Amino acid sequence: MTGLITSLIAQSGEWQAPTIDWHAIAPELVLIVGINLVLFIDLWIDESRKWAMATLTGIVLLAAFVPTVTLAVTGDDVRSMFDERYVIDNYALVLKALFLLVGYVVVLMSQTQLEEGGYYQGEFYVLMLASVLGMVMMTSSRDLVSMFVALELLSVPAYMLAAWRKRDGRSNEAGVKYYLLGVFASGVMLYGMSLIFGTTGSTKLVDIARSLGEGDLIAIQVLGVTFVIIGFAFKISAVPFHTWAPDTYEGAPTPVTAFLSVASKAAGFVAISSLVFIAFPAADEVYQPLLWVLSALTMTIGNLIALRQTNMVRMLAYSSVSQGGFILMPLAVAGSGDAAEPALKAVVVYLLIYAFTNLGAFAVVIAAARKTPSGSISSFGGLFVYAPGLTVLMTIFLASLAGVPPLGGWFAKFGAFRAVLEADTNAGYALAVVGAVNTVIATAYYMKVMRVMWMADVPDGDITPVVTPAPVQAALAITAAGTLALGVLPSLVVRFGDIADLSGALGR
Amino acid sequence: METITDQNWLLSVGTFLPLVGVLVMMVIPRAEEQLHKLVTIVASGATLAVGIYTATQFDFDRANAMQFYVNEEWIEVIRSNYALGLDGISMPLYLLSMVITFLVAIYTWDNMPEAGNPKAFGILMLVLQVGLAGTFVAQDLVLFFVFFEVVLLPMYFMIGVWGGAQRQYASLKFFLYTMFGSALMLVSILALFFQTGGESFGFLHFLDVAGTLDRDVQVWIFAGFFVGFAVKVPMFPFHTWLPDAHTEAPTQGSVILAAIMLKLGTYGFVRIAIPFLPNGAREWAPVIGILAVIGIIYGALGCLAQTDMKRLIAFSSVAHMGFTMLGISTLTEFGINAAIFGMVAHGLITGMLFFVAGSVKHRYHTLEISRLGGLLVSMPRLGWILGFCAMASLGLPGLAGFWGEFPAILSAYQPGFGLSEELYRVLMVIAAVGTVFAAGYLLWLYQRTAFGEPKAEFAQPVHSVSAAVNQEHDDDDHHVELHDVNRIEWIAWTPILVAIVALGIYPKLLFDITDPAVSDLVARLGEHLQP
Repeated sequence: MTGLITSLIAQSGEWQAPTIDWHAIAPELVLIVGINLVLFIDLWIDESRKWAMATLTGIVLLAAFVPTVTLAVTGDDVRSMFDERYVIDNYALVLKALFLLVGYVVVLMSQTQLEEGGYYQGEFYVLMLASVLGMVMMTSSRDLVSMFVALELLSVPAYMLAAWRKRDGRSNEAGVKYYLLGVFASGVMLYGMSLIFGTTGSTKLVDIARSLGEGDLIAIQVLGVTFVIIGFAFKISAVPFHTWAPDTYEGAPTPVTAFLSVASKAAGFVAISSLVFIAFPAADEVYQPLLWVLSALTMTIGNLIALRQTNMVRMLAYSSVSQGGFILMPLAVAGSGDAAEPALKAVVVYLLIYAFTNLGAFAVVIAAARKTPSGSISSFGGLFVYAPGLTVLMTIFLASLAGVPPLGGWFAKFGAFRAVLEADTNAGYALAVVGAVNTVIATAYYMKVMRVMWMADVPDGDITPVVTPAPVQAALAITAAGTLALGVLPSLVVRFGDIADLSGALGR
Repeated sequence: METITDQNWLLSVGTFLPLVGVLVMMVIPRAEEQLHKLVTIVASGATLAVGIYTATQFDFDRANAMQFYVNEEWIEVIRSNYALGLDGISMPLYLLSMVITFLVAIYTWDNMPEAGNPKAFGILMLVLQVGLAGTFVAQDLVLFFVFFEVVLLPMYFMIGVWGGAQRQYASLKFFLYTMFGSALMLVSILALFFQTGGESFGFLHFLDVAGTLDRDVQVWIFAGFFVGFAVKVPMFPFHTWLPDAHTEAPTQGSVILAAIMLKLGTYGFVRIAIPFLPNGAREWAPVIGILAVIGIIYGALGCLAQTDMKRLIAFSSVAHMGFTMLGISTLTEFGINAAIFGMVAHGLITGMLFFVAGSVKHRYHTLEISRLGGLLVSMPRLGWILGFCAMASLGLPGLAGFWGEFPAILSAYQPGFGLSEELYRVLMVIAAVGTVFAAGYLLWLYQRTAFGEPKAEFAQPVHSVSAAVNQEHDDDDHHVELHDVNRIEWIAWTPILVAIVALGIYPKLLFDITDPAVSDLVARLGEHLQP
């Protein structure tokens, strides 16, 4: 022990401050400054002016967007820091932009609800910004440790956000369930990471790849890879690790649910993609079957349970579980044949399109909430009569989730199918069949909601028009525009997610 | 295939112009009902004007070439292009879709279905038109699929919201059938793409490489397209959605369904399935022929059993599309020309029959054949129009229906590319018997509804006074007042009636446009067929 300490002290003498590329981590820095600003201003601001916190949070997120854009336009060179453990490449940038945008839309969605509920607005936004910071960091993490730190940073605030309505039993249940299972998943993942570190001698993803590629995997490494992926499988609520999701989604305030089902899930996928493409290319015989099973189960079980839901948010929760299965689909063949390239693209494009669409669906639920307090699907009956605009928007979002052209979802699904077919393996074709069947099943429950909205009678006969608050209108406009534009012109996003953008992928 | 790229903005404008109307309507408040109807009419009218201008610019001497051809990069990563083009096969259907939508918009002025809300109705109709026109001009499989699917949701809502009593069941059935067909078709599209080297989704590319595929592969891929298109046509045994959808749909929905949407299926066979997969087509042709003839007889028998006028017309569509498919299945120039003529003729005639049915329903509030009667007495003009359409529909020479049916039957005498003559001659005979059935059910329908005296419940002195006065009472079930064809109906119907006569007397009008393209198609088929 003393020996270790002395050696550490000895090393410290040679310690040098790492060179920091200030431009490259500007988005993170802006967020950090913003978190502190929101925290302090909230302490001093008058109660009647709390609404300003939402605006401020929005400004912080947009401000963080600026360096993301400038980084993207100034050259293609990959910027890396901290011994190449924190990398800002195009892959990271597009996903950073995604998380910032999602954060912004969620702020728009939560504003009115928080003001009306009188819930600790300042704290809410601080935690949300912290969570977004974790996600933004996740996109650049190329090391098991920084990945873990990012994961905890994004998760811990989310646990609290889920329990935000503290006098509501279900919200508390949502938070506790999410917390317990989340911590358990972290434990499993950490154990897996320690096994990998122990057998490869490094936490850096590219080094792990090199070490795993040297010979056949040993049993402990197989275990390590499996545990790490299972840890993230909790985050993306893949079946059978999804059990927290429906209760948490239903109990949490709706904007938080939207945030969890889109941003938090996407962060999980970002981590899995980084691992699969950078750290585990040599372990394809381990992760491919694992992800194949997860993907098939997630799609199928998520869909079958969604079919039977009577509560709108729960239905959307299970639908988002099953969408997760579709996003896993290309990853399950990422190591076969020529599939790596279309697979990464499919995941990134799917995440982008899914973000717009799913956020939009939740925004409609929030907008219609005053008329549908029970949240049951049947309470949306006749929405078309008194809120035609919301109905049309919801139809667009649901049809996009179902994959009906020309709305965004079709291209996302198309990309996923293309990747598994391009793998040209039996496993790939089998997964494509599972996916195709699930597409049709999913259509059934999306159609059910559309039918209720357009064709059923208004349950309580009250047809006074719904007034949508301006921020929610803005959220709807952004998400609907994204859903439509990406469906008609998918080439807007297909340039993202090139395998060449992800530095170090497949040992390159 | 040769392409002409002059004025290649025309098709994009013609296809997407209705969306301008949609945008305008979105900002107009819902209460302005007449204004919404007007915008729908103006938008669809402007679209038709562009369509007519396109027709004047069309080089009829080179109708086999893809004209106004656009080919821009769209989604380069999957090598799908924004490609539009118009040749002699697409042209009649492209124009037909515009004409029908325009006339339906006019008809809606006075005949808004019960659920009201012209804003939403008009928007759906215009979106539908974009999908329909787009399908007929798309020259890229992904683009084609997108347009093909765009049609789905508006029609679903049109039936589901504005339809009859069983509308929810009917609309869901329609949606699920079509969705199932599209899913299989999508698999075939992807399979075709990857099997031909994954280079392009362009139609012209597939035409070049057609026939290089292994025969068995072609047969399998054709199977997917077959189901996708056969559901839309609809062919026996995939037709069961059609009677429900047609019966429950509002008049406007029925007309658009019959006149244009069913053609998406037959057009798909002619444009995609057959030319891209020559060997698959030859192996499947007898199956298509047999199912087509079953459809003719089954549809006719179905008609004879109906007690509802609209349902009867719906079943007659199954029979008529059977003739069209029989013509296509012969794989001859003669048969395919007849099929395209049949598509247009059926679109006009059956569309018109649904208009008449809608107007009868509007006045009598029922379509029970047994309760109707004496149309010629109570409303002579409407009665005459019904008679005229029935004659056209049963294939009376001199009217358009004849030129769709008769050559199709004739073409089965000598099918192309070594298809079994014995089989096709049997089919020919059965199909010919089918025309007798057709005469049977249509004349019987006419006899029961138009002849004799009006039934007691509707008996009343004939009104010759202006229709507008009576119209206000229409919603009152207990006091039905009948009035003859009114002005709006005349405006909406006259062009169709004129076209039925014109095409009947001078079929060359249409055959001249389609023939060059079809003969090229058949010639290419011959080149690409593997022994």
